[in-house]
Amino acid sequence: MNFDFADDAKELRDSARRFFVERAGPAVARRAMNGDAPFDAELWRAVVDLGWTAARVPEAHGGVGLSSEAACVLAEEAGRSLAPVPLVSVLAATEALLLAGTEAQQARWLPGIADGSVIAVSGWAEGDAAAPLNPRAAVTGGKLSGVKLPIADLLGAHLAIVTARGPDGAQLYLVDLSAPGVSIAPVATLDLVRRHGSLTLDATPVEALGTPGHAQDWLDRAAVLGAFEAIGTANAAMEMTVAYAKDRVAFGQKIGRYQGVKHKCADMYIKLELARAHALHGAWAMGADAAELRQAASAARVAALDALSFTAEEAVQLHGGIGFTWESDCQFYYRRNRALVAALGSRSFWADRLVRSLEQRNRAAA
Amino acid sequence: MDFNDTAPEAAYRAQVRSWLDANAAEYRTPPAQPWPLDEFVTRSKAWQAKKHAAGYVGITWPKSMGGQGLSPMHQIIYNQEESRGHAPTGLYSIGLGMCIPTVFTHGSPEVIERYVAKALVGEEVWCQLFSEPAAGSDLAGIRTRAVKDGDDWVIDGQKVWTSFAHKSDFGIVVCRTDPTAPKHKGLSMFIVDMHAPGMEVRQIKQMSGNSEFNEVFFTGVRVPDAHRLGAPGDGWKVALTTLMHERLAVGGKPRHAPGYATLLELARRTDTDRGPAIEQSDVRGRIAATYIADEGIKLTQMRALSALSQGHMPGPEQSISKVVIAKTMQEMSAFALDMAEASGFLTGKADAEIEKLQDSYLWSAGLRIAGGTDEILRNIIAERVLGLPGDLRPDKDTPFNEIKAL
Repeated sequence: MNFDFADDAKELRDSARRFFVERAGPAVARRAMNGDAPFDAELWRAVVDLGWTAARVPEAHGGVGLSSEAACVLAEEAGRSLAPVPLVSVLAATEALLLAGTEAQQARWLPGIADGSVIAVSGWAEGDAAAPLNPRAAVTGGKLSGVKLPIADLLGAHLAIVTARGPDGAQLYLVDLSAPGVSIAPVATLDLVRRHGSLTLDATPVEALGTPGHAQDWLDRAAVLGAFEAIGTANAAMEMTVAYAKDRVAFGQKIGRYQGVKHKCADMYIKLELARAHALHGAWAMGADAAELRQAASAARVAALDALSFTAEEAVQLHGGIGFTWESDCQFYYRRNRALVAALGSRSFWADRLVRSLEQRNRAAA
Repeated sequence: MDFNDTAPEAAYRAQVRSWLDANAAEYRTPPAQPWPLDEFVTRSKAWQAKKHAAGYVGITWPKSMGGQGLSPMHQIIYNQEESRGHAPTGLYSIGLGMCIPTVFTHGSPEVIERYVAKALVGEEVWCQLFSEPAAGSDLAGIRTRAVKDGDDWVIDGQKVWTSFAHKSDFGIVVCRTDPTAPKHKGLSMFIVDMHAPGMEVRQIKQMSGNSEFNEVFFTGVRVPDAHRLGAPGDGWKVALTTLMHERLAVGGKPRHAPGYATLLELARRTDTDRGPAIEQSDVRGRIAATYIADEGIKLTQMRALSALSQGHMPGPEQSISKVVIAKTMQEMSAFALDMAEASGFLTGKADAEIEKLQDSYLWSAGLRIAGGTDEILRNIIAERVLGLPGDLRPDKDTPFNEIKAL
C-alpha cells in the first residue's frame, strides 16, 4: 500500500513550497490587492519558466506529462502562498482539455498552456444562485450567448472553458477569447487579491468540449484540485495563528497556554487532517480514474471547505482586535475562503453530491 | 498511489485468511445473543490458545519473548482479517497490548520467565490498575499507597475503570511510594495478584446500564519487592511505557458500531410530515458530515498503514482519531434518534437498528472520556503536534503531601 504522493510529486511539492515561500505569501498578496493588474505578471513568468503550467501537458504537446499528483501538489502550494497568479485556474482548465478534448483541441491549446502563452480559465456561474451544472447560457448552431460571472483570472486570459446548455444538455464549451462577440469586464468580489471578471458572449462561435458526462467528470477533478488549494490556504492560516498564539501575551501568559485558544488550534488541525485524508483519496481516484472519484472528490471538497472556513474564521478570532484590521493578513484567508467556495459550487451542493454518490453505491451493492 | 498489499503482505494475508477459514468457522456470523461473560471468557481462552499454537499472538513481539518478531504491518493484516469475523478478542487486548509489554520492558528476568509466556498463551488474564476516583486525566495525582514492609510492599487504596478486573489473574498497579516527593516522582509500579488476600473487585454499573468495568479495592495487599517494575520512584516513567501502548489499543471505532450507512438506511425508510427524511437537506448534510468524519479517520489510518508498510513511522495525524470518532458517534446517534421521533426514544422495541443507535448514543458518552478525554487529546494535539505551550501546572514541583488546590 502507498496511500501517499509518489516521490517525484513530493519533490515537486517541496520545490514549489520553497519557491512560493520566497516569492509569494501575504506581502505579495497585499501588493496585488493594492495594484490593479489582473495578476502578478513577473511571478507568473517565473512560474511558467519553472514548467509548472506544462506539468500535466503531454510531451507530444510540448509539456512534461506528469501525473495528476503534480497538479494536486501545485494547487496546494499555490493555495498556501495566496500567490496572485492564475496557476490553479490553468491547472483545472488543463484537466478539462486532457479529459474531454479531441486531438485537434488538445493540439490547438495545450502547447500554449505549456509555454505560458495561453492562460486558460473556467467558468460556470451566471451571477445568481444556480448550481454549477445548471446553466442558462445556451448554444445554438455552434454559437453561444449568455453571461458568465464571476470567472477567476478571466482578465488577461486567452481561453475560457464554460458551461452552457447544448443539444444534449449542460456541458463544457471552449471559448477562444479573441473570437467575435466576446466582451470581458472586471467584477468586484469579496476576494480583493484574486481578480474576477464577467464574460459576455453574443453569438460567439464555440466548440463543444466532450459530452455532458465529461462536464460532470471534470467537475470532480476540479474539485480535487480545489480541495488541495483550500487545504494549502487553511494550513497557512493555521500556522500564522499558532505562531501568534505562541507569541501574544495576556494575563501574564502566552495565550497559546489557554485551552480556549489551544483547543481551537487543535480543531483547526483535526479538520485539516480529515480534509487532507479525503483529498489524498481524491488524488488517488483521479490518478486511477477510479469509480470512487465522485464520492472522493465531493468529500474532499466539503471537508476542505469546512477546514478552511473554520480556520479562516477562528484565525481572525484568535488574533483578536489586530486580526480585524485592514493591515492584518487575516483578511486574505477570510476573504479567500469565500472565493474558493464560490469557485466550484456551494458546500451544500457538494454535500448533496456526496450523498447521491453514496446512495448510488448502496443501490449498486444491493 | 495504490491500496494494494505488497507481495509479502499479500502472501501473509492469504496465509492468515486460509488459517481463519479453517479454524474460525464457528465465528463467521455473530452470535444470536451476546455471550454471557463466563462463556465469553471460556471462548476467549480457547481461541487465544488456538491462535498461539498457530503463531498468531505476539506478532510484533521479539522472538525472545515468545513473539513472532514480525512488523506492525503483519499485526494489522492479522487484525483486519480476524475482524472480518466475530471471534472473541477483547479479553486480552489490555493485558497483551499494554501490561505485558510493560512487564517485559521493565521486569527482571525471573518475572519475565514467570509471567510472559502464560499471558501469551492466554492461560492468565491481565488488567491495568491506573485510574482512581480522584485521578483520571491527571493520572499522576493517584493516592493508592504502597509502603515497604520487610521484603514486601503493602498496598492500600482504590482503583477504578478496570476492564475485566473480575476475570483477571494479575494486574499492573501504579502506587504512591513517596508522598513527600513531587507528584510524578513518588510513584512505583508493581505486579499484583488479583486473587491475593485484601483484593476486592466490584463491578461498576455504567450510565448505559451495562457493567464492563470495575473498581478494585486494596486493603493491606502484600506484594513482594521482586514484583516491582522499574526502580522505586520511577513509576511514572514505567506508566508512560504502558500508556504509549494504550494509544494503539484504544481509539478505533468500536467494531460494528453504526456509521453513515446506518443513517442513510434509516433516513431512507423514515417518512416525516415534511416528506421522506432522505430528501431533507439537513439529513443529507448530516450523512455527509458523518461520512467525512468516519471515512476521514479510516483514510487517515490508511496513511499510517502506508507509512508502516514502507518502513516509516506514522505521522502525527493519527492523534486525531479518537477525538473525531467518539464525538461523531454521539452526534450521529443523537441525530438519528431525533429523526426517528418517538421510536428513537422508546426502548425494548423490536427495531434492531434503533437499539444499536441507542446503545451507540449511550456508549459514545463514555468513549469521549476513555483513554484520554476530548479535552486532554486536544491538549496533546496542540502541545505535541502544533508546539503550543503546556497548561501551567502549579502543583508540579510541590511535594505531593503539601499540594493545595488553587
